[in-house]
Amino acid sequence: MSAHSSRAITRSPVRNTLRLAGVIAAKDLRAEFRSRTALVSALVFAALVLVVFNFARDPTAVSATDLAPSALWVTFAFGAIVALNRAFSMEREHAALDGLLLAPVPREALYLGKLLANLAFVGIVEAVTLPLFILFFDVDLRHALPGLVIVAVLASIGFVAVGTLFSAMAVRTRFAELMLPVLLLPFMVPPLIGAASLTARLLADRPLNEMFGLLRLLALYDLVFVILGTLLFPSVVDE
Amino acid sequence: MSDSLAAARTVIRRGRWIAAVGLAGLAGVYVLALQYTPMEASQGLAQKIFYLHVPAAWTALLVFSIVGIVSALYLWLHDPRLDLFAEASAEVGVAFSAIMLTTGPIWAKPIWGTWWQWDPRLTLTLFLFFLYVGYLALRSAVYDPAERARFSAVVAIMGLILVPFVHLSVYLFRTIHPMPIVLKPSAPSLPGVMLRTLLVSFAVCLVLYAGLVTMRYGIGLVQHAREGAIDNA
Amino acid sequence: MPRYDGPLLSANGLTRAYGRLQVLRGLDLTLESGDALAVVGANGAGKTTLLRVLAGLMRPSAGEVRVEGRLLSAGDPDARRPLGLVSHHSLLYDDLSLLDNLMFAARLYGLRDPRRTSLAALETVGLGSRADESPRRLSRGMVQRAAIARALLHQPSVLLMDEPFTGLDSPAALQLRALLAAHAGAGRALVIVTHQLAEAWELASRIAVLVGGRWALEERRTGDVGAFLPRYHALTSA
Repeated sequence: MSAHSSRAITRSPVRNTLRLAGVIAAKDLRAEFRSRTALVSALVFAALVLVVFNFARDPTAVSATDLAPSALWVTFAFGAIVALNRAFSMEREHAALDGLLLAPVPREALYLGKLLANLAFVGIVEAVTLPLFILFFDVDLRHALPGLVIVAVLASIGFVAVGTLFSAMAVRTRFAELMLPVLLLPFMVPPLIGAASLTARLLADRPLNEMFGLLRLLALYDLVFVILGTLLFPSVVDE
Repeated sequence: MSDSLAAARTVIRRGRWIAAVGLAGLAGVYVLALQYTPMEASQGLAQKIFYLHVPAAWTALLVFSIVGIVSALYLWLHDPRLDLFAEASAEVGVAFSAIMLTTGPIWAKPIWGTWWQWDPRLTLTLFLFFLYVGYLALRSAVYDPAERARFSAVVAIMGLILVPFVHLSVYLFRTIHPMPIVLKPSAPSLPGVMLRTLLVSFAVCLVLYAGLVTMRYGIGLVQHAREGAIDNA
Repeated sequence: MPRYDGPLLSANGLTRAYGRLQVLRGLDLTLESGDALAVVGANGAGKTTLLRVLAGLMRPSAGEVRVEGRLLSAGDPDARRPLGLVSHHSLLYDDLSLLDNLMFAARLYGLRDPRRTSLAALETVGLGSRADESPRRLSRGMVQRAAIARALLHQPSVLLMDEPFTGLDSPAALQLRALLAAHAGAGRALVIVTHQLAEAWELASRIAVLVGGRWALEERRTGDVGAFLPRYHALTSA
């Protein structure tokens, strides 16, 4: 009897998938924190986008609070696209993806693991961009902060779910850095519409009950595209 | 190999006939719309473009759904002909989508006074175009035929599911940010004669699609047969 | 659990196309315990494709692969468990240390005590002292040894190797052969795909020549590589 099976830890399939997703996400985070390349690039990029926004508007005509939803969400969206390429580029370096595909790891676990790692990165980019925005534009957003965090999480899950799937494909095409935005941007629009509208309402201290429609839209989008991404991911990585 | 090549050429020929019928039908629609359909009271001559714009839009949407469904079938059955058909449909569909996008503003400007509006329907037409272009761009960027088929199938399915979300989110956006209500040119109660022209035009578009997609599919089959012949020689 | 007595790896009717080009044309293969099969052939004969199909990294258009009797399919992760892969790529992450790389693999395979297992594996290949270094800083030979340590971590019964001697100088190739010879034995099998037949000759118990997606020859390895080469060249230039 082969020795490997006696050393394997057996669990229920769902728990195993979640465990493996965690292992993969942890590896991604560990690797990124060693080199910090992708993270720093994404953060610097986000900061630069904010700078451009500042100089591209007329402060007497557009108040910072009016600008906030667009500036924040365009910055988050483009920062996310920059960060998304990282996930599968690292797997191409020394054909490490083969190691992941060979291991007894369900494809769903690979997708979820990458999704979690990407969410963490996008979350970091957003968490740094928000205070930068407050700093650069001198606007007080503290009253809306809890709501903003919820909106950011909901919207980010949506476009990271699609972005993780598409980046797995884009990384194998010509002009990968161009292909990802071309494919992904249409998919970012519904979450962005929801997120920007909700951000504007939160900043204007609108009552919460007006926002349920948009929140439901974001949640539904997340649910549908995480499930769809999980179902379609094997078709992307299995030759 | 020569058998499949001959079969493919037959497909192209059949497609050519159907497309010719479609083109003749298109000419007929022009005549029908301009000569035999009454002028719309408030919009005048500019309204006639409606008989091309709306059927083109319906066809573009229908064809995109076909691309999505055929792609899902491909992922299930792995038959390369399904992929070739999806590709052929997408190339024809993008043409209808482009017609829809260009006739829209041409119609809108004299009627609404503006080239564009971000209402759910128009925004959807724009997105459909982007999804088509994304699908075709992805195909041109992947060399391995099996990989190309798989990847574009994934994008097509995702795109199809996205369509209702775009519609829903723009609708919610508009509910929250009310914009000036403009005259909706395609009134819900369309007089019988105009409805008839519209439906005839749609039927002609479908015939044209059928003909063009058959031709393009046939061309795809020829390429497929040729690639095998060269490499297997 | 009943002990499995059949072949460690069996493949039937493997067919794989690239577009309309047939790369594998109905190949059969059986690996018994103790077998070490060297698969040779000219470039483009389908060797790498065959290995990827055997590893479950590529789905054949027709045919099936069974590992320890269990059908290999993307939807059955545990069927892959007895497989190990060493390729001319290292499968390692440059941003992680060797130890972190191996511990990651150990966790993927659900092994107990990843740290101890990984350190032991690195010691076995003589890289114990370099455990905290990144693969970037190692020579090609050392990286290949680390890749082998990673591949053998979960004690696979079938080790698949794709051009493992690429870029190795003579001492490194010698070390590699020694490591592989140590791995071979009862309950294990080895497949080496290579175009450097001389390197794999001593390790192999069987030789198979792939020409145009089909077996041109398949026999037990006997005698000297020098005696075999003329027959090999005759087959591959036909």
